[in-house]
Amino acid sequence: MSGSEELLALARRVAEQARPGEQVEAFVSRDRDTSVRVYEGEIEQLTSAQSEGIGVRVIRDGRIGFAYAGVLDDAVVAEVLAEARDNAGFGSSDPWAGLAEPDGVAVPALELWSDDLAAFAADDKVRLALDLERRTLGLDRRIRVEEASYSDVLAEAAVATSTGIAVHGRESGCYVVVSTLADDGDETHTGFGFSVGRSPADLDPDKAAREGAERATRLIGSTKPASGRVTVVLDPYVTAQFLSIIASTLNGESVLKGRSLFANRLGEQVAPSFVTLVDDPTNPLAYTASEVDGEGLASRRNLLIDGGVLRQFVHNSYSARRAGVHSTGSAVRGGFKSTPGVGCRAIQLAPGTRSQADLVRDVGDGVLVQQVLGLHSGVNPVSGDFSSGAAGLRITGGELGAPIREFTIASTLQRMLLDIREVGGDLDWLPMSAVGMSLVIEGISLSGS
Amino acid sequence: MLDRDLLTEVLGGALRHGGEFAEVYVEDKTSSSAHLDDGRVEQVTSGRDRGAGIRVVIGDTTGFAHTADLSLAGLRAAAEAASAAARGGGGGAKVVALTERRVTPVNVIETYPDTITKATKVALLQRADAAARAAGTAIAQVSAGYGDSRKRILVANSDGLFATDDQVRTMFRVTAVASGDTGMQTGYESIGHTIGFELFSRYDVEEVARAAATRALTKLKARPAPSGSLPVVIRAGSGGVLFHEACGHGLEADLVGKGASVYKGRVGEQVASPLVTLIDDGTMSTEWGAITIDDEGHPAQRNVLIRDGVLTDYMWDFLRARKDGRPQSGNGRRQSYQHLPMVRMTNTFVTNGTEDPSELIRDTPNGVYVAQLGGGSVNTATGDFVFGMTEAYLIENGEITEPLREGNLIGNGPQVLKDIDRLANDFAMGNPGTCGKDGQGVPVGDGQPTLRVKALTIGGTAA
Repeated sequence: MSGSEELLALARRVAEQARPGEQVEAFVSRDRDTSVRVYEGEIEQLTSAQSEGIGVRVIRDGRIGFAYAGVLDDAVVAEVLAEARDNAGFGSSDPWAGLAEPDGVAVPALELWSDDLAAFAADDKVRLALDLERRTLGLDRRIRVEEASYSDVLAEAAVATSTGIAVHGRESGCYVVVSTLADDGDETHTGFGFSVGRSPADLDPDKAAREGAERATRLIGSTKPASGRVTVVLDPYVTAQFLSIIASTLNGESVLKGRSLFANRLGEQVAPSFVTLVDDPTNPLAYTASEVDGEGLASRRNLLIDGGVLRQFVHNSYSARRAGVHSTGSAVRGGFKSTPGVGCRAIQLAPGTRSQADLVRDVGDGVLVQQVLGLHSGVNPVSGDFSSGAAGLRITGGELGAPIREFTIASTLQRMLLDIREVGGDLDWLPMSAVGMSLVIEGISLSGS
Repeated sequence: MLDRDLLTEVLGGALRHGGEFAEVYVEDKTSSSAHLDDGRVEQVTSGRDRGAGIRVVIGDTTGFAHTADLSLAGLRAAAEAASAAARGGGGGAKVVALTERRVTPVNVIETYPDTITKATKVALLQRADAAARAAGTAIAQVSAGYGDSRKRILVANSDGLFATDDQVRTMFRVTAVASGDTGMQTGYESIGHTIGFELFSRYDVEEVARAAATRALTKLKARPAPSGSLPVVIRAGSGGVLFHEACGHGLEADLVGKGASVYKGRVGEQVASPLVTLIDDGTMSTEWGAITIDDEGHPAQRNVLIRDGVLTDYMWDFLRARKDGRPQSGNGRRQSYQHLPMVRMTNTFVTNGTEDPSELIRDTPNGVYVAQLGGGSVNTATGDFVFGMTEAYLIENGEITEPLREGNLIGNGPQVLKDIDRLANDFAMGNPGTCGKDGQGVPVGDGQPTLRVKALTIGGTAA
C-alpha cells in the first residue's frame, strides 16, 4: 500500500463510523519537508521534518462540529471523532450544511509527483543552496546575500466521507529562493529571486540569482517621487499578488454573505474586453495544481471573467448548495487543522503576447512597480479600497529610468480591473495560488512627497 | 510531559555525531474555537497538537527536526535527523545534568477555558451578533470568533537547562460590514489576553461588537483619504504597530547580525526623538505577548530598547547572544514545535509622555487622526514601512472632522522616530496581534500613548 492509500484507509475507517443521521468526513495528510538555508558559504539551518494529522467534520441536523489533531495514534483519532461529534451539538442548524457528494466529474490525472525529488539527497539540496548564494554574489560586487535557501515538500493526503467520497493523492514541490541586499554608501536595498518546480531538474538557480541581484541593485539611488496620477506596469510577482486579492472577491461564500464587491454583478462588464481570468488548478505548471479540491471533488478549469464580463464565482459544495449552483471544485483547505473554505486555487489572466520591455515602451511615461509592501493592511476586498506601499522604477520615454521608493499606489479594485490596458505575455510560475505576468494599469494615484 | 532521564538520553543522541549544543522543545497544545457568521454559529472546533522539535548547533550551523512521535524511538529518530548537519563537524559537547529552572509565572489563570461549557462560549458569539446588528440598520453582516488555547511547553538543553511553562490565551473578535450608498465598509474589534475565561468578566462582548459596528457605520460616510504628506496624530493604544514595524523588527539581533537592519552599529546613538522610550516586556502580566519563559527556556524580561531617544540595546535569542558573547534577553520564540526559535518581540510599547491628548489635536491645523491601525509590514534593511488605517479622520483647524476611507500610511522607520514631536500621557495597550516573521506567527502586544508624527505619507486616492 502506498503512503496515500494508507492515509485513505485511515480516513475511510473514520468516515465509516458515521451513525444514522450523521455525515462524517475525515481528511488525513502527511508531509515530509526539507529546507536548507545557507549563509556565507555555510549551512545556517538544515531542517527535516515529517508532520501528519487528521481533521474530522461531523454534521448532524444541519449542525457542524470539527476537531483535529497533529497525531495519528488510534487513541487520538478516536478522541478527534468524539470531539467533532460533541462539537456538532453546539453549532446553529443550517439547512445547507452538508458534505460534498460525488458529482460525476472525472478526476484529472496530473503528473504532480516526482520520484526524483523524493530521492534527492540532502547533500545535493545543500549544494543547490550554496550554488545559488555563490552565483548571486558573483553577479555584482554591491550584492550581499541575506539568505539563500532550498525547500521541498512531499505531500500525501486523503479524504473520505460517509457520502461516498474516497480520494487520495500525492504532490511534490521544491523551490530555491535568495534574499539579497545591495549596498551603496549609506544606502541598502533589498531584493529576492526564486525558481519553483516539481522536481530538482525544474529549478533554475541562475534565474533566481539574476532576479535577486537585479531587484536589489536597481533600487540603488532611489528617491521619493512626487504625488500624481500615473500608469503603472506591475511586475509579474506584483500582478500575482493583485490577482490573489481579486480572487478573494470572486469567492462564492463572500458573495452569499454580502461581503463581495462583485455580488449581483454577474454578466456585467468588469474589465476591458481583452481580459480573461481563469482559475485552473488542473494546469500542472501551476505550483498549487492538484487533482482534487479540499473536499475531494475533481479539480476543474473555471472561467471567471470572459471577454471582460464577470461569468461566475467559485464555490465549494456548501456555498454551491446555498447559491443553487454546482460546486466548482473550489474547496480550499489550509491543512488538516481547518475545514474547507472557498477560494480560487490557481488563478491566471489569459496572457498577452508581448514582453515587459514592449509594454514599458508603449506606456511611455509611468512607473514599473517591482515591490509592494503592506497589501494585507491596505486593501479591503469588501469595499475595494486599494492602497499599498511600493518601490520600482520610473518609466520615461518608453525606457526604464530612475529608481523610486517610499511611495504608495492607490485606487479601488473595481477601477483597477477596468483600467487594465494590457496583459503581458511573460508568464512566471510562482510558489503561490496565482500566476504572474506583467500588467499595465492606468489611473493609479501615486502618493509621495 | 517527558522525564529527565529520557530527555538526557535524547540530547545525548542528538550530539552523537558532534555538535556544541542540543535542545529538545516539547509542546502539548489544546485549543478550542467557535465561529459565527451570517447569523449562525457555523462551527465549533477542538484541536490538539503535540510533538517535539530537536536542534543541534555546531558553529553557525543548526540542524533541526521535529516529530509528533514522543516515544523514545520517535525522539531518537528526530535527534538523528537533527544531528545530520553536525556530522563530522567536531564539537563533542556532553550533556550537562538537567536541573529545573523554576520561574514564577507572569500570568495567573483564574478560570481554565476547558472548564467552561461549549454552550457558554457559543452564547458569547450570539450576544455579540445581536449587539452589532442592533447598532444600526445599515449593518449587513457580522462575523465573530471565540478562541482559547492552552500550550504546555518543556525545554531541555545540553547545557543542563530544564524549564516548563503553561500558557493560556483567550481571545474574542468581531467584524461588522455596513452597507450604504457608497458601497460596503468593514469594522473590526478584538480583545485578547494571556488569561483564561475571566477575560469575559473584564470585557463585555457586546461592547466589543458595538465598537466594530460603529467603525463600519462611520466609514459609510467616509471620504477618500488624502494623498501626500501630512501630520498624523495616533490615538493611544491604536498605534503600537507603528513601533513594532518602524523599529522593533530592526532591533532583532538576528537581522542586525546579518546587516539587514538600519539600526546596525547604532547602539548609543540618538535614533529617535528624545520623547521616545521604547520597551519590549514579556513579563507584562496578562498582555497578549506575555510569557513566563521564552521558547528557549529563558525567563521573559523587560528590555529597554530606546531610552529618551537613544538606542540602548537589541533583542536577543540564544544563538545571537552566544555569537556575541552576551546574555539572552528572553526573546527567543517560535510558533510551535515544528519551528526553530528566532528573535521575536513580546509586548512592545512606548512609555507615557506628559501632555493632554486633546492638546495634540488642537495644535494640529491640518492633518489626519488615526483611531485604529490595521496590520503593517517593514523592510528592515531600508526601514521603509507600511501600515493600514482602519479608522481615521481628518483634522481641520485643530478639530477632528470627517471620517476617511481606508488607506495605507507609509514612512521610513528612522525618520518617523525622529519626527515624533508630541507625546501624551494616556498610555494604552492595543488589540492583540500576531506577528509574522519568516512564515512563523507568534502572539504579540503593543501600546503607546496618543502621539503626533510631524509627517507621514498617506496613500489615499483624493487629489
